[in-house]
Amino acid sequence: MTRAQFGKHLKILEFALASMLRRRMKNAGIVVVFSAVVFLLSSIVFLTSALRAEAMATLEGAPELIVQRTVAGRHALIPVDYAEVIAALPGVGSVQPRYWGYYYDIYSDANYTLIGVPDEGPGSAGQLPLHLVEGDMITPGRTEVCVIGAGVARARSARIGSIVSLRNSRGWMQEYEVVGILAGASRLLTNDLILLPERDLKTLLGLPDDRATDLLVEVYNPNEVANISRKLLERLPQARPISHAEITRTYDTLFDWRGGLLLAMSLGAVAAFMILAWDKATGLSAEERREIGILKAIGWETSDILELKLWEGAALAITAFLTGITAGYAHVFHSGAALLRPVLQGWSTLFPSFDLAPRVEPYELGVLFLLTVAPYIAATIVPAWKAAITDPDRVMRAS
Amino acid sequence: MILHPGILSLLLVAVLVSGMVLYGAGIGTVVLARWDLSSSSERQLALERRTYLLSTLMSHALALEILSALVFLYTLEDIHTVFVGAMCATGTLNANPVGWWALAVKIAALFACAVWITLNRIDQRAEDYPLTRLKYGLLLVLAPLILLETWLLFRYFLGLDPNVITSCCGSLFSGTGVGVGAEIAGLPALPLMIAFFGGIAVYLALGVFGLRREQAWPRLLLGATAVALFVVSLASVIAFISAYHYELPTHHCPFCLLQAEYHYIGYPMYLTLFAATFYGLMVGIAEPLRRVPSIEAPIATDQPRWIRRSLLWLLVFVVLATWPMVFSDFTLEGYY
Repeated sequence: MTRAQFGKHLKILEFALASMLRRRMKNAGIVVVFSAVVFLLSSIVFLTSALRAEAMATLEGAPELIVQRTVAGRHALIPVDYAEVIAALPGVGSVQPRYWGYYYDIYSDANYTLIGVPDEGPGSAGQLPLHLVEGDMITPGRTEVCVIGAGVARARSARIGSIVSLRNSRGWMQEYEVVGILAGASRLLTNDLILLPERDLKTLLGLPDDRATDLLVEVYNPNEVANISRKLLERLPQARPISHAEITRTYDTLFDWRGGLLLAMSLGAVAAFMILAWDKATGLSAEERREIGILKAIGWETSDILELKLWEGAALAITAFLTGITAGYAHVFHSGAALLRPVLQGWSTLFPSFDLAPRVEPYELGVLFLLTVAPYIAATIVPAWKAAITDPDRVMRAS
Repeated sequence: MILHPGILSLLLVAVLVSGMVLYGAGIGTVVLARWDLSSSSERQLALERRTYLLSTLMSHALALEILSALVFLYTLEDIHTVFVGAMCATGTLNANPVGWWALAVKIAALFACAVWITLNRIDQRAEDYPLTRLKYGLLLVLAPLILLETWLLFRYFLGLDPNVITSCCGSLFSGTGVGVGAEIAGLPALPLMIAFFGGIAVYLALGVFGLRREQAWPRLLLGATAVALFVVSLASVIAFISAYHYELPTHHCPFCLLQAEYHYIGYPMYLTLFAATFYGLMVGIAEPLRRVPSIEAPIATDQPRWIRRSLLWLLVFVVLATWPMVFSDFTLEGYY
């Protein structure tokens, strides 16, 4: 492209911007609706991927294999002596029973997750990536103490040294002193968490002595997980081995599916917008028609007018796309996706607010571009061409 | 099917592009049947106006095709996590082998769209639109290609089942496996290196020669060599270039290059290779058209430009591809 040609394109762009500014109201309408569509879709895409990343961060430290027991197709407590059978399999490292459960708290109207800390130390407390914000971890041998997540601390207005009382399986109140407050790589994980010494947890939940909630199995070679699961099932038919990879995959599929479903439903909005864009682009006012007629009469070619119209569309689309993306970003990462969280998060009613780690990938922008701008382009090409072939002679005669 | 945002956007765009190209082909059929430049009837005028619409439709379709090709590659990468045993895009494609066809047709469609648009540009610069019939005839070939691509994409994505156990690239692109990928990966690196670097040398020589002399045969040869070099380059990526990038003599996957671990180097590599091939191909395709007097001049000015661009992009590709061969400690010497 020579400099003169380039200059001509720039001039047409300049003209397009000026003429759009002259018709502010008509274009503002389209930009607002277009931005709203982009906002909706980008909120869904950003939130889904942020939640997925959050879930993956949670799963990072999880063991290669978790073994549960099912009875009548339901999850049941697992006998602790299963651990010996599993540990005897070649390739298996340590096997640890894990004690945990849920607790519904009527005072704060919330569900807490309780996890038992074994005497050996908190390193194996479900192998979660935890770290303390303040206070200490539960030291071996201590009883009637607890470490709570930031969300629980807020809900119970608890600090280090406060007492948290929980109702045990017999209906009596049991008191625990708060010794530490937790934060995690993912706040999703630690918000509703209460760590108790293992013995205290068993008493509180009324777990039988020889049963655990599930078993954490260390597998030396991750490629052997499937083999070990198979052998384990032969020996313990009631067991349900869940591999780390399976959990990751399930979360991936789940979030893709949830986000995709919402997106698919929102495509209706995109279709409606396409019709609006088509309609607006087709319905040229008499004044616009005359303007095109005059431009042609003073020497503009059809291709120039077409370029003018396409520049207008591009300027409009870029403005709306950037506005929508920015609003979507602010919505998801600054206001915690207030409009969408209940739909996508989907597994709890109470979680205190948590901030998602801001992240946007070029890929997501590409996907959003294809989902929003591509339909807009498709809807406006033909109207732009129709405007461009306007016959100057006919327009001027009409006016 | 997996309801992934990337998949939804790809399917949506495939439908839109098919619609645009189909509409274009519809116009093309009418033009083919009724085009008569000598006539000054209202119908001929309307047809001439329609050609503007067609070029706009096609150039937008091409832009969307390019973007969707990139999103397609990235989506393949992104969803491999939901397939058991898949470690990169190879696993995703193996989860439903139709994907390989979708990918191949997508590449073909991309080249076809780009060539069509360039022919259209040349045609519009002449007073008498000499390429009209050729152009619209080609459109009738291009439209089925795009429709085929859309159909394959739908079949591929609708047929994806997250529970299928697929093989990872380790087994497909490993030297001992079976199938085309494995056979290329198993090719001895040395002969292919000779073919690759020799091919580049020949190509550069042809390019320089084509710039110096206005003869037909080096330019025709350049076009043919561009296509051959494209194939050789892809084979070389699998056989040895990828191994250098991964610094692993046994890893031959052409898709892992697209991952963040390797700084997404695959994207610029494939894009530059595509650009180099396209401009080279264009030089060859345009050469026979120089016999048409009214477009002789535009082609004559374009050809050297295309040759220069082709050589430039090829050099960028070669630098990107061979950077680790020259600057890393890794060597394949023991594997020749």
